[in-house]
Amino acid sequence: MVHFNYWVVIVLIMTGLYVVMAQTNLVKKVLGLNIFQVAVFILYISVGKLAGGTAPILAAGFDRYANPLPHVLILTAIVVGVATTALALALVIRIDKAYGTIDEMEIEELDKEQE
Amino acid sequence: MSGSVAADLLAQLAAIQVILPLLAAPVCVLTGRGGRAWAVALVVSWCAFLTAWGLLSQVLDQGVIRYELGGWAAPWGIEYRIDEINSFVLLIVSGVSSLALIFARTSVAREVPEEKRSLFYCAWMLCLTGLLGITITGDAFNVFVFLEISSLSTYVLVSLGSHRRALVSAFRYLVLGTVGATFILIGVGLLYAMTGTLNMVDLAERIPPVSQTRTVYAAFAFLAVGIGLKMALFPFHAWLPGAYAEAPSAVTAFIAGASTKVAVYVLLRFYFTVFGASFAFGELRFELFLMPLALICILIMSLIAVYQNDIKRTLAYSSLAQIGYMVLGISLVSVAGLTGGIVHLFNHALMKSALFMSLGCVFYRVGSISLASLEGLGRRMPWTLGAFVVGALSLVGVPMTVGFVSKWYLIFAAIDRGWWPLAVFVVLTSLIALAYVWRVVEVAYFRTAREGSAQAEAVEAPVLMLVPLWMLVAASVYFGLDTSLTVGVAERAAETLLGSGR
Repeated sequence: MVHFNYWVVIVLIMTGLYVVMAQTNLVKKVLGLNIFQVAVFILYISVGKLAGGTAPILAAGFDRYANPLPHVLILTAIVVGVATTALALALVIRIDKAYGTIDEMEIEELDKEQE
Repeated sequence: MSGSVAADLLAQLAAIQVILPLLAAPVCVLTGRGGRAWAVALVVSWCAFLTAWGLLSQVLDQGVIRYELGGWAAPWGIEYRIDEINSFVLLIVSGVSSLALIFARTSVAREVPEEKRSLFYCAWMLCLTGLLGITITGDAFNVFVFLEISSLSTYVLVSLGSHRRALVSAFRYLVLGTVGATFILIGVGLLYAMTGTLNMVDLAERIPPVSQTRTVYAAFAFLAVGIGLKMALFPFHAWLPGAYAEAPSAVTAFIAGASTKVAVYVLLRFYFTVFGASFAFGELRFELFLMPLALICILIMSLIAVYQNDIKRTLAYSSLAQIGYMVLGISLVSVAGLTGGIVHLFNHALMKSALFMSLGCVFYRVGSISLASLEGLGRRMPWTLGAFVVGALSLVGVPMTVGFVSKWYLIFAAIDRGWWPLAVFVVLTSLIALAYVWRVVEVAYFRTAREGSAQAEAVEAPVLMLVPLWMLVAASVYFGLDTSLTVGVAERAAETLLGSGR
């Protein structure tokens, strides 16, 4: 399995997106979004790996190094992911207070009743 | 001495453009009070506008500006690269933000509670930072970072709307916005995997040797869907009507004028500069993907707009249709078509912000913006509704307004390619626009309000709201008559975009 990592990424992306679309519970949607984002983190980190390469610290006896740049990039993306999750959960709490439910279908019905 | 200081300052304009609003964001929080935070935001936004003006005139005089952040040379460091197209978009974004901020003072005082106002302006500044950053940067990954800065702050701004539906709309926007941004991230990552660079100019040089690989095709597709979600192109538009309709009035005026425009710019940048026009359109025939979507978008969204009861939603659907016109211009892949698309980007920002502001004025006085709440307002709020009518005429594309200029170029571009039905299509769909704005005019001018209703008691909106509104209206008439700035810049930008692909 040469491309094992990438297969994992594809499976996780699909799982994440499916959860986002299929679940009506808002917290589960946030979970799906997280799975989806983590899959992309793995994609980036896999790209940086070099077969037989070691950590990019100059030392005698090593001449193949992994590319550290994708890791640094994904550090930024992880921060973004944490911020997104925090904001999403904050919104879910506010929605729960305003509607008394966090189920998308029930929220839609409540909005319709009001009209 | 002062001459050299001014010269130093001019050399740093590119950095100032982004850093100023970024620094203003925490300052807004520190002021602690809504009024002071507003003053900080307003001053900084106008400074950003002047900076953008300075950058545009520098670009028009001396050509492309390249700015290495922190002195790190490209392609290793992050480079800001400013040419005609993005300096033009910088001007649009900062201009709309500045005018919407004048408007925001009174409007926000009614719609957002006092304890949240300083945070509101903080989020506004972050959103402005993000939008300006996306536009100015020459680094593909940096686009993603700024995209998320602007998106996260936009979700916050939308959620502050006065109805609880705003929370659900913000959440829906967050989910789709994050999926879109992550798709862009995947696309950029795949390009990096093939080329080992993130600098856009460098990417443009290194993609051709590897362009016939599945990885590059995948990157192409992921970016198309990601950017499509961000600019709300049909069928990725589900988040937009709710977000526009439920956000506070000032926020709608700002994001309707700025955020989808920036996404259209990102589309232009990635497909014309990074992939190159000859690869994206010559080889992969990207226009065959864009044009049908644009046509469906224009037709269906215009029709849906006619049947909305909430006028803010009518205008939101109309915004979707207008995105369609911009994409239609782009998908013609000719200088005339691109000019039409880019000019429409500018013109639509003017007229849609004006229209949403006038609805904001109505909401301020009447407390609702359903069709019925507009009854008889033409007589009670003549300046507000007058502005609405001019904006609406522009939306339809009546001569002497900006809307006419962009439609003219689109029709011209279609005929230039020999596609007569397309020209007819643009004219016919403009008539649908007439249908949905006419409903408002009819109710506001030809019906009288019921006794005792809020609109029967309404008086003209406060001056501080009317001034930015009429500045936009005046601009949309001025640029409808004198097109030398807008069309001139757009034409040069179109030539640069098409030229860079060859």
